[in-house]
Amino acid sequence: MTAHALDLGLQGTQRLLAARDSSLDEHLRTLGPVPAVALCELISITEQAGLTGRGGAGFPTARKLRAVGEGRRRPVVVGNAMEGEYLSDKDRTLLARSPHLVLDGLELLGRALHAKRLILATGERIDSGPVRSAVRARRAEIDVRDMTGGFLGGQESALVSQLNRRAPVPQDPHTPVYARGVDGRPTLVVNVETLAHLALLARFGPGWFRTQGTPDDPGTFLVTLSGALRPGVQEIARGTRLGALLDGAGADRTRLSGVLLGGYHGTWLPPQAFDVALSSTGLAAYGARTGAGIVHALDSTRCPLRVSADIVTYLARQTSGQCGPCINGMPRMADTLQRLARPGADPRLVAEVARLRGLITGRGACAHPDGSARFAMSALTAFSGHVDEHLGGECHATPAD
Amino acid sequence: MNEALWALGRGTGVVALVMFTVALVLGILTRSGRPMLGLGRFGVAEVHRTAALTGTGLVAVHLVSLFLDPYAQLKVVDFVVPFIGSYRPFWLGLGTLAVDLLVVITVVSLLRERVGPRVFKAVHWATYALWPIALAHALGNGSDNGSAWLQSLALVCAVAVCSALAWRLTGSYAERGRTRVPRTVPR
Amino acid sequence: MSMSIWEANAMPRLLIDRTRCDGHGSCAELLPELLDLDGWGYPIVRSGERDPVVPRHLEPLARRAAAACPLLALRLG
Repeated sequence: MTAHALDLGLQGTQRLLAARDSSLDEHLRTLGPVPAVALCELISITEQAGLTGRGGAGFPTARKLRAVGEGRRRPVVVGNAMEGEYLSDKDRTLLARSPHLVLDGLELLGRALHAKRLILATGERIDSGPVRSAVRARRAEIDVRDMTGGFLGGQESALVSQLNRRAPVPQDPHTPVYARGVDGRPTLVVNVETLAHLALLARFGPGWFRTQGTPDDPGTFLVTLSGALRPGVQEIARGTRLGALLDGAGADRTRLSGVLLGGYHGTWLPPQAFDVALSSTGLAAYGARTGAGIVHALDSTRCPLRVSADIVTYLARQTSGQCGPCINGMPRMADTLQRLARPGADPRLVAEVARLRGLITGRGACAHPDGSARFAMSALTAFSGHVDEHLGGECHATPAD
Repeated sequence: MNEALWALGRGTGVVALVMFTVALVLGILTRSGRPMLGLGRFGVAEVHRTAALTGTGLVAVHLVSLFLDPYAQLKVVDFVVPFIGSYRPFWLGLGTLAVDLLVVITVVSLLRERVGPRVFKAVHWATYALWPIALAHALGNGSDNGSAWLQSLALVCAVAVCSALAWRLTGSYAERGRTRVPRTVPR
Repeated sequence: MSMSIWEANAMPRLLIDRTRCDGHGSCAELLPELLDLDGWGYPIVRSGERDPVVPRHLEPLARRAAAACPLLALRLG
């Protein structure tokens, strides 16, 4: 661990997106090669740094490392750049601007785990050209695979199944991928942003990692801004206030009905919540998480219930078609929300959403029904005033586009 | 003694056919996911399984008794390789074929947890071939052929299977078929 | 039926593979104490967990249910 992070201008929040260009020369000139770190030490520094996954689930990375490391066979490490989350652009951006950080992370894990294979899986919306060039430039033994898949494409077991040349659908979680995954080996699936954080963590240590963020939610993370503000991907510290982020992106808070945080499995935040700190504890009070880093600002001229209903309709079409409660419950949920999105809605529809939430949560093989139900409920909570308008037969936002 | 063996052979063969008919009909019915015939869903599935295993056991006795009976002139190879027997080779051959299928189906079914649901299901489809072959063998091979009672029995079995199949193909077959969106992923 | 966390961890669970389950329903008939069926025919765990804990006196029935599932969606583990 060196201390020249400060000299390299890595004292601010720009860590993953700090590089002036994406070439290998620039990368090696500023950061040098990624050090080799033994597994136990890697687990230790990851734990001390408090690094959590940046793919959406926010799982502590050290725990994943430990689980895969305990397997008896040489594991496979998969970098997840599927970017299945519709509003997300961070994985594509990261691969375009700092591919070598991502590849460093893969090689770091590969060496520590004595991995049999290293794979980088890119989704339909990502052009793998730049990262393939980067792999060639450093002569890495990394298999870049262009994969297909919609919203659930980046789901861990669905990705592993596709890599095994089987159906790209989630598998029974009772056999987790860290036990048996690609080629039947213990498999570690890591989001590319997490890989990039690991690459810097291995060089500069947990102390440096914790100079940004909050004590219980340290570091930086990538957000994708969209909607009624200046769109784009930014790197910010954990714990940044949502309001500051919105203001910095030129949003007019008075003209927003809410902000969707996390993604389509995330949570709507009403204006009164805009000063929340984007950290796990700050958001816990609203039952929210940063998820895949989506920050979508909804203009008040759009009906938030119509927007939410359309999102759930999309989610219902994205089910993998395997689990009965999800295949049956999701279209019902979508239909219920669509009806609530029309003025003059039946008041019993609100209870119906809650009933369906109870019926589909925890009864599928993956978190799709759970996340979708959480999203639907958050719409009714955050926009409860709007729900009352609709029940009363009115809608003060501009009707459906 | 030979008469007894022959009678045992014929008797077990006929009863085995009835058992397999019951198994096939209940197999079709159990797929509907309905409780029926006074049995719950589990009951239908269990009787299906019991009938199939009973039929298999009876076929084993059928084979042994006929092997020991000199009148039947059966060699061990006749139990495995079809259509090379000396007495009514075609009809006997059907029986051998049925036994071959039965062995594979039974072994795979007993080991279903190890082979997985896809292989189990694929092999189980072979029961739709097993039953008519067994029926044809019974009608063509037994020394009762031409006797009225066997033909009536065969007819009853055929009617049962055809009715079950007809119901299977109607829209109202599955208990919750109308209220439910079906799975779309091939398993 | 209440039990301590310690007891619950020592007991086996009936693991439901939702990717295989197609709502045949034998399981809920054999283990009504643990499972119910929803309006579409799929099993609901009464305790609200993903996989129900199987108390000792229900273990034999749970084994039969796992063997009876036509889609091999149940496992005792």
